Amino acid sequence: MEGETLLKVEHLGKHFGGVQAVFDVSFVLRKGEFLGMIGPNGSGKTTLVNLITGFVRPDSGKVIYRGEEITGKRPYTIAGLGIARTFQMVRLFYNLPAYKNLIIPLSSSRVKKLRGGEYGERDDVAVDLLDDMGFERDSFVPYKLAGSLPHGYLKRLDLARAMALRPDLLILDELFSGMAMSEVASTLPLIEKFHEEGLTIIMIEHRLRELFRVVDRVFVLNYGEKIADGSPQDVMNSEPVKKAYLGIEVEIK
Amino acid sequence: MAEVGARYRKKRLDRGIKARADTLFAIASYKEILYLLLPRALPVIALLILPIMLTGYWGKVLIYACMFGLLALSWDFLASCGLFSLGQALFFGLGAYVAGTLSYYLHWTPILTMPVAILGGGFLSALLLSPVLRLRGVYFAMVTLMLPLLFMKMIETTGLLGGTHGLSALAPFPNDWVARYLAVGAFIIVLFIFRRVISEDYGLVLKAIRDDDRAVMSAAINIYWRKTQALFIAGAVGAFAGAFMTHHYQFVGMTVFALDYSILPLAASALGGPGTFAGPALGSMILVPLSEALRALGGLRIALYCFILIVSVIALPEGVFHYIERKYHQFERLVRVG
Repeated sequence: MEGETLLKVEHLGKHFGGVQAVFDVSFVLRKGEFLGMIGPNGSGKTTLVNLITGFVRPDSGKVIYRGEEITGKRPYTIAGLGIARTFQMVRLFYNLPAYKNLIIPLSSSRVKKLRGGEYGERDDVAVDLLDDMGFERDSFVPYKLAGSLPHGYLKRLDLARAMALRPDLLILDELFSGMAMSEVASTLPLIEKFHEEGLTIIMIEHRLRELFRVVDRVFVLNYGEKIADGSPQDVMNSEPVKKAYLGIEVEIK
Repeated sequence: MAEVGARYRKKRLDRGIKARADTLFAIASYKEILYLLLPRALPVIALLILPIMLTGYWGKVLIYACMFGLLALSWDFLASCGLFSLGQALFFGLGAYVAGTLSYYLHWTPILTMPVAILGGGFLSALLLSPVLRLRGVYFAMVTLMLPLLFMKMIETTGLLGGTHGLSALAPFPNDWVARYLAVGAFIIVLFIFRRVISEDYGLVLKAIRDDDRAVMSAAINIYWRKTQALFIAGAVGAFAGAFMTHHYQFVGMTVFALDYSILPLAASALGGPGTFAGPALGSMILVPLSEALRALGGLRIALYCFILIVSVIALPEGVFHYIERKYHQFERLVRVG
């Protein structure tokens, strides 16, 4: 594990009323790393993502991205710095054609800056992006209303929306939830390809088999606390994880 | 697809046109050119002819309708990015007082006061409302409702800017023709610019903010800055209407902040069908002359006017414009069943 630090989370904490959603979580993410984040339902995974991406302000702790503190900055500022995310419940513009959904990130100042002079027609760029995501360019699919697409396409459209920002860090919040096995099978190679091209990824996932196959490192949350952080093998064998997450399965053995 | 009798039913068909896409119009015949052009050209031609035909009292009604039309367009523009305004009077009043003040104290001509009022009104609107942009839905609406009332009371109690007497004997427009064509021209131009802007990428982002502001934020777009821009544009359009009326009446008083200027544009949008700009424009062209025609009824006018509004909202919630648009693109016929 070498390479420079991309993201550093220090003693992050957040409570909603009496519920401690995230408690004293720290971790370091290196450039090019593929981190899997797991934990039982309600263990604070999504809250942690919201804290990093600025949708929720932390009570305590710091988020440092490329050596610069981004704690409490606005979501659009953080996204503009290159942290893109997908949503567990997809957030799309259903009464727009699929490809028009990508016009929103494509008209951000970040993308304008990155593309510089060689900026093509936005609509073409959008269709290209969707083509990469498996929306066949020559079919009607990219031009259909987003609201009329099946769930698997919506998830991939949400992924495309995040990728349109040309992010340096991609955070996937349960991208595969609600996807059919075949859709997962076709989407996973895409994400692996992004990783191979150098993208740093944090992936929250309940489908452990798929997750463990692709990630370098796994991070486990339980009741808002980090209980394990290491290679998939080590994490699977660690006692607290077995107890909290895989407990039942282990006892059956 | 209502049942008519037992053996016939109504069938709706889209009126055919060879190829129609967002950017592509395949024009095959005069008929199709006319089909596409007429709904856009007819209202424009009518609006350009009306100032010649209508002079005197009904000429003033036409101007009035255009000004309320502009306020309704400004309302619809804000609504398109999720800002629900109950205070169009704020934009109207700010424009009116900026123009009035410059004209009364500095003796500027309308050629100078109008642009300054448009820019200044837009700027002040954006400045006053930008602190509450984070409020959503009904909270934003409440603040916009309160602000014009606040201005009205401030002018009334402090006696500033003419107080209850207002500022009078202001510079008029050169003649009625200029006034009528300026009103109609601005109305048409704003209508077509807004309709164009909202279908461009800029408008797409605004509508996306209305649909899901979190998704827009995660796309690295500063939604508060975009909303401020929308406020400036809507404010500038409203301010034009205010400045125009100031010079038209040669007077500005605190009634420019009255509730009428907030409610009538809203009612016009509801009647015409919000979200299209053409709807609110059509709505104000119906509502303003109607309320003038009913003036003879005295107090009962308001009651009848409310009644028409309620009926239209219940019976035709999509708005008159959407209804006409649908009927234009479709035709119905009876087909035999079985």
